[in-house]
Amino acid sequence: MTTATEVCTRVSIDPRGPRFGGAITTVVLAIALFTMGTAVGTAVLTWQTIVFGLGAFVGLWAQPYGWVFRTFISPRIPVPAALEEAAPPRFAQLVGFCFLAIALAAILLGGTLIATIAVAFALAAAFLNAAFNFCLGCEVFLLFKRLVRSG
Amino acid sequence: MNGIIIVIAILIFATAFGLWYRTNNGRMQTVAIHTAGAAEHGGEILDARTIGVDLGARATLVQFSSAFCQPCRATRQILDEVSGMVDGVVHVDIDAEANLDLVRALDIRRTPTVLVLDKAGRIRGRASGLPRKVDVIAALGDLD
Repeated sequence: MTTATEVCTRVSIDPRGPRFGGAITTVVLAIALFTMGTAVGTAVLTWQTIVFGLGAFVGLWAQPYGWVFRTFISPRIPVPAALEEAAPPRFAQLVGFCFLAIALAAILLGGTLIATIAVAFALAAAFLNAAFNFCLGCEVFLLFKRLVRSG
Repeated sequence: MNGIIIVIAILIFATAFGLWYRTNNGRMQTVAIHTAGAAEHGGEILDARTIGVDLGARATLVQFSSAFCQPCRATRQILDEVSGMVDGVVHVDIDAEANLDLVRALDIRRTPTVLVLDKAGRIRGRASGLPRKVDVIAALGDLD
Protein backbone atom coordinates (compact mmCIF):
# COMPACT_ATOMS: atom_id res chain seq x y z
CA MET A 1 0.00 0.00 0.00
CA THR A 2 1.43 3.34 -1.06
CA THR A 3 1.19 6.22 1.34
CA ALA A 4 -0.01 9.65 0.35
CA THR A 5 3.49 11.10 0.63
CA GLU A 6 4.93 8.54 -1.75
CA VAL A 7 2.11 9.19 -4.19
CA CYS A 8 2.92 12.90 -4.05
CA THR A 9 6.64 12.53 -4.64
CA ARG A 10 5.95 10.37 -7.69
CA VAL A 11 3.42 12.99 -8.78
CA SER A 12 0.91 10.29 -9.55
CA ILE A 13 -2.48 10.44 -7.93
CA ASP A 14 -5.64 8.45 -7.43
CA PRO A 15 -7.89 9.69 -10.28
CA ARG A 16 -10.91 9.56 -7.96
CA GLY A 17 -9.37 12.35 -5.83
CA PRO A 18 -9.88 15.18 -8.36
CA ARG A 19 -13.38 13.92 -9.16
CA PHE A 20 -14.25 13.99 -5.47
CA GLY A 21 -12.82 17.51 -5.31
CA GLY A 22 -14.89 18.43 -8.36
CA ALA A 23 -18.05 17.29 -6.59
CA ILE A 24 -17.33 19.46 -3.52
CA THR A 25 -16.37 22.37 -5.78
CA THR A 26 -19.69 21.98 -7.62
CA VAL A 27 -21.60 22.37 -4.34
CA VAL A 28 -19.43 25.28 -3.15
CA LEU A 29 -19.80 27.17 -6.43
CA ALA A 30 -23.56 26.55 -6.51
CA ILE A 31 -23.76 28.14 -3.04
CA ALA A 32 -21.62 31.01 -4.32
CA LEU A 33 -24.11 31.59 -7.15
CA PHE A 34 -27.12 31.36 -4.81
CA THR A 35 -25.59 34.00 -2.57
CA MET A 36 -23.93 36.12 -5.26
CA GLY A 37 -23.85 39.79 -4.29
CA THR A 38 -23.95 39.16 -0.53
CA ALA A 39 -21.05 39.07 1.93
CA VAL A 40 -21.56 35.32 2.31
CA GLY A 41 -21.28 34.86 -1.46
CA THR A 42 -18.02 36.79 -1.59
CA ALA A 43 -16.65 34.81 1.36
CA VAL A 44 -17.55 31.48 -0.27
CA LEU A 45 -15.97 32.63 -3.53
CA THR A 46 -12.82 33.76 -1.72
CA TRP A 47 -12.57 30.36 -0.01
CA GLN A 48 -12.84 28.48 -3.32
CA THR A 49 -10.29 30.81 -4.94
CA ILE A 50 -7.83 30.01 -2.15
CA VAL A 51 -8.54 26.28 -2.57
CA PHE A 52 -7.82 26.48 -6.32
CA GLY A 53 -4.74 28.60 -5.64
CA LEU A 54 -3.33 26.03 -3.21
CA GLY A 55 -3.88 23.23 -5.73
CA ALA A 56 -2.40 25.20 -8.62
CA PHE A 57 0.56 27.01 -7.04
CA VAL A 58 1.53 24.80 -4.09
CA GLY A 59 0.48 21.35 -5.29
CA LEU A 60 -2.43 18.96 -5.19
CA TRP A 61 -1.26 17.63 -1.81
CA ALA A 62 -2.04 21.08 -0.35
CA GLN A 63 -5.53 21.25 -1.86
CA PRO A 64 -8.03 20.96 1.05
CA TYR A 65 -10.54 18.71 -0.77
CA GLY A 66 -7.70 16.43 -1.86
CA TRP A 67 -6.62 16.25 1.78
CA VAL A 68 -10.15 15.26 2.84
CA PHE A 69 -10.14 12.57 0.13
CA ARG A 70 -6.77 11.14 1.18
CA THR A 71 -7.48 11.29 4.90
CA PHE A 72 -11.08 10.13 5.16
CA ILE A 73 -12.16 8.49 1.91
CA SER A 74 -9.12 6.88 0.31
CA PRO A 75 -8.45 4.51 3.27
CA ARG A 76 -12.06 3.26 3.15
CA ILE A 77 -12.31 2.42 -0.55
CA PRO A 78 -10.40 -0.13 -2.68
CA VAL A 79 -6.98 0.75 -4.11
CA PRO A 80 -7.39 2.46 -7.51
CA ALA A 81 -7.03 0.31 -10.63
CA ALA A 82 -4.48 2.74 -12.04
CA LEU A 83 -2.84 5.98 -10.95
CA GLU A 84 -2.89 9.13 -13.01
CA GLU A 85 -0.43 11.93 -13.55
CA ALA A 86 -0.95 14.95 -11.33
CA ALA A 87 -0.18 17.58 -13.98
CA PRO A 88 -3.60 17.62 -15.74
CA PRO A 89 -5.74 18.12 -12.60
CA ARG A 90 -3.23 20.64 -11.30
CA PHE A 91 -3.57 22.59 -14.55
CA ALA A 92 -7.36 22.41 -14.13
CA GLN A 93 -6.96 24.00 -10.67
CA LEU A 94 -5.06 26.85 -12.31
CA VAL A 95 -7.83 27.37 -14.87
CA GLY A 96 -10.39 27.39 -12.04
CA PHE A 97 -8.27 29.86 -10.10
CA CYS A 98 -8.14 32.24 -13.09
CA PHE A 99 -11.93 32.19 -13.52
CA LEU A 100 -12.58 32.84 -9.83
CA ALA A 101 -9.90 35.56 -9.65
CA ILE A 102 -11.75 37.32 -12.48
CA ALA A 103 -15.04 36.84 -10.60
CA LEU A 104 -13.62 38.30 -7.37
CA ALA A 105 -12.09 41.26 -9.19
CA ALA A 106 -15.42 41.88 -10.93
CA ILE A 107 -17.28 41.83 -7.60
CA LEU A 108 -14.83 44.35 -6.11
CA LEU A 109 -15.41 46.61 -9.12
CA GLY A 110 -19.19 46.16 -8.97
CA GLY A 111 -19.53 43.96 -12.06
CA THR A 112 -21.87 41.28 -10.70
CA LEU A 113 -22.86 40.06 -14.18
CA ILE A 114 -19.26 39.34 -15.17
CA ALA A 115 -18.69 37.64 -11.81
CA THR A 116 -21.78 35.48 -12.32
CA ILE A 117 -20.64 34.42 -15.80
CA ALA A 118 -17.13 33.55 -14.58
CA VAL A 119 -18.48 31.49 -11.66
CA ALA A 120 -20.97 29.83 -14.02
CA PHE A 121 -18.11 28.61 -16.22
CA ALA A 122 -16.20 27.33 -13.20
CA LEU A 123 -19.33 25.54 -11.94
CA ALA A 124 -19.90 23.87 -15.32
CA ALA A 125 -16.26 22.75 -15.43
CA ALA A 126 -16.33 21.36 -11.87
CA PHE A 127 -19.59 19.51 -12.54
CA LEU A 128 -18.32 18.02 -15.83
CA ASN A 129 -15.19 16.86 -14.02
CA ALA A 130 -17.14 15.21 -11.19
CA ALA A 131 -19.95 13.68 -13.26
CA PHE A 132 -18.25 12.81 -16.56
CA ASN A 133 -14.52 12.81 -15.77
CA PHE A 134 -14.22 15.59 -18.35
CA CYS A 135 -11.31 17.95 -17.70
CA LEU A 136 -12.20 21.25 -19.39
CA GLY A 137 -8.80 22.85 -18.77
CA CYS A 138 -7.04 19.83 -20.29
CA GLU A 139 -9.30 19.82 -23.35
CA VAL A 140 -8.73 23.48 -24.20
CA PHE A 141 -4.99 23.30 -23.48
CA LEU A 142 -3.96 22.29 -27.02
CA LEU A 143 -6.36 24.75 -28.66
CA PHE A 144 -4.89 27.45 -26.44
CA LYS A 145 -1.35 26.48 -27.46
CA ARG A 146 -2.35 26.49 -31.13
CA LEU A 147 -3.73 30.01 -30.78
CA VAL A 148 -0.95 31.48 -28.67
CA ARG A 149 1.97 30.15 -30.69
CA SER A 150 0.63 30.90 -34.12
CA GLY A 151 2.71 31.41 -37.24
CA MET B 1 -33.83 33.28 -6.66
CA ASN B 2 -31.93 34.19 -9.83
CA GLY B 3 -28.97 32.15 -8.61
CA ILE B 4 -31.06 28.96 -8.38
CA ILE B 5 -32.29 29.35 -11.97
CA ILE B 6 -28.73 29.96 -13.20
CA VAL B 7 -27.39 26.91 -11.36
CA ILE B 8 -30.17 24.65 -12.69
CA ALA B 9 -29.62 25.95 -16.25
CA ILE B 10 -25.87 25.32 -16.02
CA LEU B 11 -26.36 21.80 -14.70
CA ILE B 12 -28.84 20.96 -17.49
CA PHE B 13 -26.53 22.29 -20.22
CA ALA B 14 -23.48 20.63 -18.69
CA THR B 15 -25.33 17.29 -18.44
CA ALA B 16 -26.41 17.50 -22.07
CA PHE B 17 -22.85 18.28 -23.10
CA GLY B 18 -21.47 15.53 -20.87
CA LEU B 19 -23.77 12.92 -22.40
CA TRP B 20 -22.80 14.04 -25.91
CA TYR B 21 -19.13 13.88 -24.89
CA ARG B 22 -19.51 10.41 -23.44
CA THR B 23 -21.09 9.08 -26.65
CA ASN B 24 -18.61 10.63 -29.07
CA ASN B 25 -15.37 10.58 -27.10
CA GLY B 26 -12.79 8.24 -28.58
CA ARG B 27 -15.05 7.13 -31.45
CA MET B 28 -13.04 5.90 -34.41
CA GLN B 29 -13.90 7.50 -37.72
CA THR B 30 -12.58 5.60 -40.68
CA VAL B 31 -11.81 6.79 -44.18
CA ALA B 32 -12.54 4.32 -46.98
CA ILE B 33 -9.74 3.58 -49.42
CA HIS B 34 -11.54 5.03 -52.46
CA THR B 35 -12.02 8.39 -50.77
CA ALA B 36 -8.64 8.37 -49.04
CA GLY B 37 -6.46 11.03 -50.59
CA ALA B 38 -9.45 13.13 -51.59
CA ALA B 39 -10.95 13.82 -48.19
CA GLU B 40 -10.01 17.03 -46.46
CA HIS B 41 -8.98 15.56 -43.12
CA GLY B 42 -8.23 11.93 -43.56
CA GLY B 43 -6.48 10.58 -46.58
CA GLU B 44 -3.41 12.77 -46.10
CA ILE B 45 -0.19 10.83 -46.41
CA LEU B 46 2.35 10.92 -43.59
CA ASP B 47 5.88 9.70 -44.15
CA ALA B 48 8.55 8.34 -41.83
CA ARG B 49 10.29 11.71 -41.61
CA THR B 50 7.14 13.50 -40.46
CA ILE B 51 6.31 11.07 -37.66
CA GLY B 52 9.90 10.23 -36.72
CA VAL B 53 9.73 6.44 -37.09
CA ASP B 54 9.57 3.99 -40.00
CA LEU B 55 6.03 3.11 -41.03
CA GLY B 56 4.73 -0.27 -39.93
CA ALA B 57 4.61 -2.98 -42.59
CA ARG B 58 0.87 -3.22 -42.07
CA ALA B 59 -0.19 -0.08 -40.19
CA THR B 60 1.06 2.74 -37.98
CA LEU B 61 -0.80 4.08 -34.94
CA VAL B 62 0.08 7.75 -34.47
CA GLN B 63 -0.85 9.17 -31.07
CA PHE B 64 -0.74 12.88 -30.27
CA SER B 65 -0.19 13.56 -26.56
CA SER B 66 0.38 16.58 -24.33
CA ALA B 67 1.47 17.25 -20.77
CA PHE B 68 -2.00 18.14 -19.52
CA CYS B 69 -3.82 15.11 -20.81
CA GLN B 70 -5.56 12.68 -18.49
CA PRO B 71 -6.35 9.83 -20.91
CA CYS B 72 -3.01 9.88 -22.77
CA ARG B 73 -1.44 7.29 -20.50
CA ALA B 74 -4.34 4.87 -20.92
CA THR B 75 -4.32 5.46 -24.68
CA ARG B 76 -0.60 4.66 -24.79
CA GLN B 77 -1.24 1.37 -22.98
CA ILE B 78 -4.01 0.35 -25.37
CA LEU B 79 -1.99 1.18 -28.50
CA ASP B 80 1.10 -0.55 -27.10
CA GLU B 81 -0.97 -3.67 -26.48
CA VAL B 82 -2.45 -3.61 -29.99
CA SER B 83 0.92 -3.04 -31.68
CA GLY B 84 2.40 -5.86 -29.60
CA MET B 85 -0.46 -8.16 -30.54
CA VAL B 86 -0.82 -7.50 -34.29
CA ASP B 87 2.19 -8.12 -36.54
CA GLY B 88 3.45 -5.21 -38.63
CA VAL B 89 1.78 -2.53 -36.51
CA VAL B 90 3.94 0.29 -35.12
CA HIS B 91 2.88 2.74 -32.38
CA VAL B 92 4.39 6.21 -32.20
CA ASP B 93 3.61 8.86 -29.59
CA ILE B 94 4.05 12.47 -30.74
CA ASP B 95 4.23 15.44 -28.35
CA ALA B 96 1.59 17.80 -29.75
CA GLU B 97 3.13 20.88 -28.11
CA ALA B 98 6.51 20.29 -29.75
CA ASN B 99 4.95 19.70 -33.18
CA LEU B 100 2.40 22.49 -33.46
CA ASP B 101 2.85 22.87 -37.21
CA LEU B 102 1.93 19.24 -37.77
CA VAL B 103 -0.91 19.60 -35.27
CA ARG B 104 -2.31 22.53 -37.23
CA ALA B 105 -1.80 20.86 -40.61
CA LEU B 106 -3.77 17.82 -39.47
CA ASP B 107 -6.25 19.91 -37.45
CA ILE B 108 -5.58 18.06 -34.21
CA ARG B 109 -7.70 19.79 -31.57
CA ARG B 110 -7.49 17.54 -28.56
CA THR B 111 -5.15 15.11 -26.93
CA PRO B 112 -5.15 12.21 -27.23
CA THR B 113 -5.90 12.04 -30.94
CA VAL B 114 -5.06 8.75 -32.63
CA LEU B 115 -4.50 8.40 -36.37
CA VAL B 116 -4.48 5.02 -38.05
CA LEU B 117 -2.16 4.97 -41.06
CA ASP B 118 -2.16 2.20 -43.65
CA LYS B 119 1.10 0.72 -44.95
CA ALA B 120 1.44 3.59 -47.46
CA GLY B 121 1.09 6.16 -44.67
CA ARG B 122 -2.40 7.29 -45.65
CA ILE B 123 -4.62 8.40 -42.77
CA ARG B 124 -7.42 5.85 -42.70
CA GLY B 125 -8.77 6.26 -39.19
CA ARG B 126 -9.01 9.01 -36.62
CA ALA B 127 -10.20 9.08 -33.01
CA SER B 128 -10.06 11.94 -30.53
CA GLY B 129 -10.22 10.97 -26.88
CA LEU B 130 -9.43 7.57 -25.36
CA PRO B 131 -10.24 5.00 -28.07
CA ARG B 132 -11.65 1.57 -27.32
CA LYS B 133 -9.28 -1.30 -28.00
CA VAL B 134 -11.83 -3.18 -30.14
CA ASP B 135 -12.31 -0.08 -32.31
CA VAL B 136 -8.56 0.20 -32.91
CA ILE B 137 -8.37 -3.47 -33.86
CA ALA B 138 -11.43 -3.09 -36.10
CA ALA B 139 -9.84 -0.08 -37.82
CA LEU B 140 -6.74 -2.20 -38.52
CA GLY B 141 -8.99 -4.90 -40.00
CA ASP B 142 -10.63 -2.34 -42.29
CA LEU B 143 -7.27 -1.55 -43.90
CA ASP B 144 -7.06 -4.82 -45.83
